[in-house]
This record gives sequence, C-alpha cells and structure tokens, in this order.
Amino acid sequence: MESKEINLLIGGEAGQGLVTIGELLAKSLVRSGYFIVVTQSYHSRIRGGHNTYAIRASGKKIVAPREAVDLLVALNPETVALHKSEISAGGLTIVDTAFKTTSDKCLQVPYLELGEKQFSNVVALGVVSFLLGLELEMVGKALDDAFGKKAPEIAEKNMQILQESYRWCSHQGVNFSKLAPASDIRRRLLMNGNEAIAMGALSAGVKFCSFYPMTPATSIALNLAAQASTMGLVVEQAEDEIAAINMAIGASFAGAPSIVPTSGGGFALMTEGVSLAGMSETPLVIVVAQRPGPATGLPTRTEQADLELVLHSGHGEFPRAIFSPGTVEECFWLTRKAFEVAAKSQGPVFILTDQFLADSARAIEPFDLEGLETVRVGIVEDSADLPYFRYPIYESGISPRLLPGMGKHLVVAGGDEHPIDGHLTEDLSVRKFMVEKRLRKEEEIVAEVVPPEIQGDEKPDLLLVTWGTTKGAILEAAAKLRNDSTRVGTLHFSQVWPLVPQQFLEVLQDAGEVVCVEGNAFGQLARLIRRETGFNFHRRVLRYDGLPITPEYILRALERS
Amino acid sequence: MVSIEDYGQFETAWCPGCGNHSILEALKRGLVDSGLEPYQILLVSGIGQAAKTVHYLKANVFNGLHGRAVPVASGAKLANQDLKVIVASGDGCNYGEGGNHFLAALRRNIDLTMIVHNNQVYGLTKGQASPTTQEGFVTKAQPEGVASLPFNPIAVAVAMQASFVARGFSGMIDHLAGLIKEALAHEGFALIDVLQPCVSFNKVNTFAWYKQRCYKLPEEYDPTDWQAAMQRAMEWGDRIPLGIIYRNQRPTFESRHSVLKQGPLVRGKTDLKKLEKIMDKFS
Ligand SMILES: Cc1ncc(C[n+]2csc(CCOP(=O)(O)OP(=O)(O)O)c2C)c(N)n1
Ligand code: SF4
Ligand SMILES: [Mg+2]
Repeated sequence: MESKEINLLIGGEAGQGLVTIGELLAKSLVRSGYFIVVTQSYHSRIRGGHNTYAIRASGKKIVAPREAVDLLVALNPETVALHKSEISAGGLTIVDTAFKTTSDKCLQVPYLELGEKQFSNVVALGVVSFLLGLELEMVGKALDDAFGKKAPEIAEKNMQILQESYRWCSHQGVNFSKLAPASDIRRRLLMNGNEAIAMGALSAGVKFCSFYPMTPATSIALNLAAQASTMGLVVEQAEDEIAAINMAIGASFAGAPSIVPTSGGGFALMTEGVSLAGMSETPLVIVVAQRPGPATGLPTRTEQADLELVLHSGHGEFPRAIFSPGTVEECFWLTRKAFEVAAKSQGPVFILTDQFLADSARAIEPFDLEGLETVRVGIVEDSADLPYFRYPIYESGISPRLLPGMGKHLVVAGGDEHPIDGHLTEDLSVRKFMVEKRLRKEEEIVAEVVPPEIQGDEKPDLLLVTWGTTKGAILEAAAKLRNDSTRVGTLHFSQVWPLVPQQFLEVLQDAGEVVCVEGNAFGQLARLIRRETGFNFHRRVLRYDGLPITPEYILRALERS
Repeated sequence: MVSIEDYGQFETAWCPGCGNHSILEALKRGLVDSGLEPYQILLVSGIGQAAKTVHYLKANVFNGLHGRAVPVASGAKLANQDLKVIVASGDGCNYGEGGNHFLAALRRNIDLTMIVHNNQVYGLTKGQASPTTQEGFVTKAQPEGVASLPFNPIAVAVAMQASFVARGFSGMIDHLAGLIKEALAHEGFALIDVLQPCVSFNKVNTFAWYKQRCYKLPEEYDPTDWQAAMQRAMEWGDRIPLGIIYRNQRPTFESRHSVLKQGPLVRGKTDLKKLEKIMDKFS
C-alpha cells in the first residue's frame, strides 16, 4: 500500500533539533520530486516549550497545511499527549522506547541503542526517512550538504547512525503506507516565504536594508545579510525601528533601493517614517510580517490582523500600495513588483506577510532570472538642466527624480510642505497643488494593481474570498466543497490596496453565497471591501487563535454556521 | 575655486540676534575653507528653529522628522560615501527626541559631521525645557523649574570615545568655522555642540552669559588624552571650554565594511548571475 500524501508532524522541545530533522526531510522530499507545505509552530523561547514542525508531502501540487497527522514524531512524551487526537486512521506515532508509551499504533524506537544522545535527531531522521519511503542516499546527501563541512569531525558518525536507524526500521515490519513515488520529478527549490522575499529583493537590486530584530520578520534581514557581500548591499541592524525606517529613507533618497522588514509592534514605531516617505516622495519597501497582537501578543504565532494598521499608517494623506502574497512564489514576484511600484510612484509600498508563510517552506519551480531588470532609481546622469527642482508638477503627479551628489544639480527634499524647489513653504495655495500632485500618483499605482485571482467555477453557488497567506486554504477547501450540485469559486487578493472594484465586484455580486475567510477577528478585508464598494459579505470565517487557517478549519466553520 | 557667494544668501525665519545666524555664517565659511562645493554636500536636519538652517544655503538637502536627522544622514552616507554629509539640528532634536540615534551614531562612527545648535531650550515650540536646559529654569511647561539634571553631550561623547568631540560658540564665528573645517576633514563621526543664544526663550543663557564663561582650550591641550578630555568635558558653569575636546583615529564604519570598501553603493551594479548561484543553494 502506498499513500498519495503524508502529513508528518515532529514535536518536541526547543533545542531538541526538531527543525533540523524537519529541514533535512523537507530537502530530501523536494529532491525526490514531492511537493510539500511546511507549517512551523513554536513557543517564544530558546529551550523547552512545545514546538512543532509539520510537513505535508504529496506527489501532486499541494498549497495548504493539513490538520490530520499521519506520522507523529514525538521527541518527548508531551507531544504524544498533545497530538494523539490529531492522528489519522492508519496513522503512526514514533516514540522513544524510554517513554514507555503503550499503544499498537506506536513504533518504539530504541534511540540510545541506535546512537548516543546527541545523535538522537539523526536516529529520528533515519527512521522517518524509511517510513516515508525516501531513498537512504537522498537523505544521506541532504545530511552531508548540511553538516559535512560544518562539522566534519562527526560527519562519518552521522552517516553511520543514519544508515543504522534506516535499516533498523526496515526490519521492524511496521504497518505504514509510504508515499507513492512522485510522478513529476524535476529540479525544484526548497524555499520559505521570507527567503523568497529576500531573493525577490535581491533580484530587484536592493542595496540597503535596515531593521531591528522582530519575529517573524528577522529572517528576511538575515537572508539578505548572508548575501550582502556577494550581492553588494548593506544590511544594518538599527538602534530601533524608528532609526531603521529613517535610515532606509536616507539611503533611498541617496539612491540605494531600500527595504525595511518588521512586524506589527516595530511597524507601529515606524509610522511617522511612513508618512515622511509619502511627503518626501522617497521610494521605500516595507515588509510587515504579521503576528498576533495587540502589543506583544503571541510573538511566534500567526495572524492577519495588521491590514488596517498598514492601510492607515502614517498621518496625513498620501498614496501607497499594499501587496499580500499568498504563496512562496508570490513572495518573490510581488517583492520585485513592490520595488518597481515604489520607484515609479516614489513613495512607500508594503508587503504584508505573516509567520505562517514566513516559515512555510515549499517546493517551487526555480525562478527564471533571464531578462529580469533591476529597479530604476532615478535619473543618475549628469545632464540635468540646472537648476534642478525636486518637485515640479506634472499631470501624473510624478516628478523626475535625480540623486544628490551624482552631478552638479542640487536635490532638496523633505517632510515639510514645499514648493517645487523642496524648500519650506507656508503658502496655502502651493499646499493645495502639492496635495493634489501627490495624490494623483495613485493613478500610476492603480494602473499597476495586481488583479485578484479568480479560480474555480464561474458564477458559483459559493465563493470563498481571502487575501494573503490564506490562499492555499481556500483553494483546497473549495476543491473539497465542490460537487455535482455545488459550484464553488475562489477569489484571492494578492494586493489589498488600492482596490479596483471593476476587477472583482461583479464576481462578488454574481456568486450565491460569498464568504470572506481571514486570519483576524474583525474581518478586515470584508470591512474594507464594504467601505470601498458597498458589498456586504454573507458570511465570514475568521481565525485568531494564533494558528494558520487550514482547509479543514474552513469546512468545519461552514458546517457550523 | 568655491567662494562664499556660491552658497547663496537666503531670507531666514529667525529672530534678529539669534545665534543661528552666526552658525549659518560659520558653516558656510567652514565649507568654503574646506574647498567643498554645494553639490558635494548633503545637509540633513530634523525639525526646530535650528533645523531650518539647511534651507538657508545652497546644498543637497533632506529635511526630515523631528529627532530623526542622524538616521537619515547615516543611511544617505552609507548609500553614497562620496557625499559630505552634515547634520544640522537643535539640542531637542538631537539629544531629546533623537537621543537613541545620537548614542548609536557615537558607536557606529559613520563619517558624518553633526552640528548641534544648543540653545538649551525648545525654540520652535516656544520655550519649553530641552534636555540641556539647566536645573531650575522656569518655563510655562515647567512652572516650578526644571528638576532633571541637564544632559552633557560632550561628556557622553567623550565617555563613548567618539572619534571627534568639539564645542563651539555662535559668538565666536572664526573659531567655529575652524572647528567645522576640522570636523569635515576628520574621518569618522564628528560632534560639534554649539552654544547658541536664543534671544526669545532663553533669558538665562544669554550671549553675555556665554561670552563671560567660554574660553578656548590652550594651545598645549592634547585632545587625544582621554583622561584630560573627560575632565574638560565635565567643566561647565563658571568656565566653559571651547575647541576640540577629544579626538581619536578609530576606523570608520565604512572602512570596516567589505562592500563599502569597494565604493559607493549607489554606483554598484546588481549581478543576477551571482543571484542565480545563490538560488542554486536552495535546490
Ligand atoms: C514627533 C514630533 N514631536 C514634536 C514636534 C514638535 N516640535 C517641533 S520642534 C520641537 C523642539 C525643537 O527644539 P530644538 O530641537 O532644540 O530646536 P530649536 O527650535 O530650539 O532650534 C518640537 C517639540 C514635532 N515636530 N514632531
Ligand atoms: S526663537 Fe530663539 S532659536 Fe528661534 S529664531 Fe528666535 S532666537 Fe533663534
Ligand atoms: Mg533648542
């Protein structure tokens, strides 16, 4: 017997190496041609607590996490207790013989016989690899790639224990159906959302990143820092978020395409800077990786509750764009797009992601960089007519941008109201012209808006609508709900501002029941769409317990209400 | 050759008799004496009376938020090291609202010149206490007199071994222009705290008050002697030392950064071939 898909969950304390096991399995699965969706859940601590690393793997493309667990790898007894209710029919729990767990659906692994304590994650890796049906060589290669160079002194030992554990498991006659071989085997990348944002930024020509560490945004800066010397950029840890955004504004003003990754609390500190980017017309990409608030909330969990914060951030009125990628691929392409829109509209552009997608590794097609362009940072040549003015008024609202110090011209910019020369003014007629000039730039942003993605049946009986990282969940829920008598469609917003009603209002109006699915308690997208179009959603499926929305969650919620 | 006329003449919004006029004059002279042309410099300010300085001479300018001049200047300098970047803003802006950035700048040692117009009061918002206001100073916001101890920027900078720490007085323009020239020539973060009478809101620390107390450091004073510098930094009251109080040759942030060592970021090109290789590591 073989399974079409397996949902594996590794649970244990922080410091037990479960992420290492998870990552090596993920790598081996992707290299073997499988699609995966990783969901990580962890406590805000470095040791102890209860953490999980879940991999859903399938030979077919999958896009959402699943709740039912087929293979539970319990690195401590607590994991068994916490997750036994989630085990699927035919599911199996892997425990240490020392736990003395009694259940016929348990595989008791004599960890200490197979390897010394510090190698117990290699033991788990060997056992699970066999059960999944992975080839030993494939897993061995992943292990060697990760640690062969880093810890050569234990490389041989690692390999030996891996082999022994794999073989040990093969002799147990465990009743568990392994994964059916992948049918569409080709080279794919294993990448999570934050890695894709960093890669997208690099491909766009990012030159400057300033940040203050905050989960789940930090890894964007760390991924950029790891490539800084190769790609020629500066990544600086600022003294606080206020400094971070103002540094990036300074760098961008001087001509370095800049990105600022942060999360809700840090972003709240940045909002005056957002307004400065709007007023000074400085391009800036800000990534807000959401986690549950208010205040410090649940620092390591997920939520989609900062749409309204980002939309309204910064005092005064100025245009902005907000992207909300739904997949790892979208993280890459929309980050590139964010840089383009920021450069074109000369102002702040946002990427809203969250802990779920930040940490969710997937198998993706390699990005084709052929022919991609890096972002244009203004006219750099020395040929400008002098004197140069930073803010002349044109129909589009966009003033040609020169960089300071790149010629004899002078660039005067700032956050006080200004006439075209950028100096201070309190002339109220100038004020009116300048407000209108800045706001006209929204038309440029609107012209570039990524339309929401409409999928599934046309004129459906049931339409599931969402934004950002909940995309996969509505797609898979829709597939489950669709049958001969029910037509089901989906609508996903990968850009939540500006909204262009012509792109979606008819779809909403033509559907039978329209349900907005979001990871927050207010139904923030639903409220926004109502405000902008007058359309009232018929139902809302909301989640705000810190976990990502799954297809099962949607199905349960629809049954109940 | 650049001349003072190249920096232009602008109408200012300052009170007659305000120390800012002289600081502006000294700044222009310092720039001219350094042989710098307007297009080679970037002036960054925050918000306040002092912060308006950047609008009164020809240069590249970024006039940002209250308290945030230093981070903007830092980012701009890292993006284009060819620019001479100068921060000009008030004591409230730099030591109060921007206090954390001031501390970080002392540590980072990016090649910036920071001129703090220290009138020991908030001018623009009409006379509230600033971080450097002296104890007991009565304002409408502090009707019982300021109870906090004044911030000593010089002592903090010397304690942090900032690479260039100086004090000037707007009433001694030649001396101040000389300090600005030295600061511009210094590689690394240079602080010049400038005592500046505010004729409208500071009736205690007046021109005469400063004039009576300020003295130039003697010729034989050695600004590389940290112990001696610390002593001078603590001197305030009857006598106030002016000049370069402390300096060292700490390496700049830029000189330690592998990418910045190769030249200005703005002139760097993105090599997508290299990115291709980086992405291969994800397979
Ligand atoms: C975030 C913020 N808070 C408060 C203000 C109001 N404000 C403007 S200038 C200023 C104080 C100015 O004092 P200082 O920096 O010493 O400059 P001076 O006017 O004395 O030259 C204040 C409180 C502001 N513009 N922004
Ligand atoms: S209020 Fe004070 S600081 Fe402002 S211009 Fe007048 S004298 Fe100068
Ligand atoms: Mg002041």
